[in-house]
Amino acid sequence: MKDKKFIISGVIIFLIIAAFPFWYNRGKAAPAPELELTPTAKAAKECVRSTEYMKAEHMKLLDVWRHSVVRHGDRIYVSPSGKEYNMSLSNTCLDCHSNKAEFCDRCHNYSSVRPYCWDCHIDNPKENT
Amino acid sequence: MDSSRRRVLQLLGLSSLALAARPVLNAFAKEAGPAEAPEPVTKPNAKALTAKQWAMVIDTRQFESVDDVEPLVEACDSIHNVPHLNNKNHEIKWIWETHYHNAFPGKAARFVSEEVEHRPFIVLCNHCENPPCVRACPTKATWKRESDGIVLMDFHRCIGCRFCMAACPFGARSFNYRNPRPFIREVNKKFPTRMKGVVEKCNFCVERLAVGQLPACVEVSEGKLAFGDLYDPNSEVRELIRTHYTIRRKQTLGTEPSVYYIV
Repeated sequence: MKDKKFIISGVIIFLIIAAFPFWYNRGKAAPAPELELTPTAKAAKECVRSTEYMKAEHMKLLDVWRHSVVRHGDRIYVSPSGKEYNMSLSNTCLDCHSNKAEFCDRCHNYSSVRPYCWDCHIDNPKENT
Repeated sequence: MDSSRRRVLQLLGLSSLALAARPVLNAFAKEAGPAEAPEPVTKPNAKALTAKQWAMVIDTRQFESVDDVEPLVEACDSIHNVPHLNNKNHEIKWIWETHYHNAFPGKAARFVSEEVEHRPFIVLCNHCENPPCVRACPTKATWKRESDGIVLMDFHRCIGCRFCMAACPFGARSFNYRNPRPFIREVNKKFPTRMKGVVEKCNFCVERLAVGQLPACVEVSEGKLAFGDLYDPNSEVRELIRTHYTIRRKQTLGTEPSVYYIV
């Protein structure tokens, strides 16, 4: 155990370096983005599902919609409250949320998600019309 | 460890108590956790048109020149955001006009009625009853819909391998070699575009049938095109097939095209 002091100082230096990203970036985390609702979305009060559900699960819901419309041809979605919606990203979702930049993109950019929806789906049906 | 009779009995009692407590704990766990999402309920539009196998009858006698074809192609292209690329190799075609000897190779005799030879023939995806493109697709991005026989595409799933294009004997499929968006004349905001690297073709206006409308080309054709259920003996298409001599493209290949031509 005569190298005790070298080992201990080595371990301490290693821990400092390993923890560097944590203490260097402390308190600098980007704040969660503020989402803006359009007046239409605000007036509707509730989306096709509850806000909490949509926040957490909208991607799964969109997958269900895609599968149902594309592969089964069922185009009507019945929400738990009994309301019926036409399952369409561009024509239903973005009809209310016509501010993609302030609604979809803000959160997606923050969480570094890059959905490829907009390669084909038209991002804002109300734009220039 | 001592394993006296008393110890064993104690353990047995405790385990049975624990088993009895489980459902109670489960009930608590459920209450505390997030509410379970109910199964999504989806259904078709009540106005949707249905058939066993959609089919089209094209009365080629009523097409005299390209001017008769243009409005049909234009209606389709504008509704489905079909791009117009100048390079012939990159062309995207859903419905287009061709010559008799291209539409019906093998059927054209050496000397043909001049009138028929100069007629424009409209061609599109035949929505075959036995579609070779579907068998070629490695990802099931194209399939024949059981409910109405339309050969559909899922652009989300297409990997752009173009096996379907090689398999289709009618050249009904086109590949997006380039991003089609800049080449769309006027974007219809109700319908998606496609992206670079996917195959596309006529979908028999499945999005219009779903809301109770006839295909766009049929609607603007003013009766030159008929559309209906091939397996309904009283449908308009069956009536036309019964009363007229009709031919189909490359029938000998056995793909059973659903587009019939009155010549």
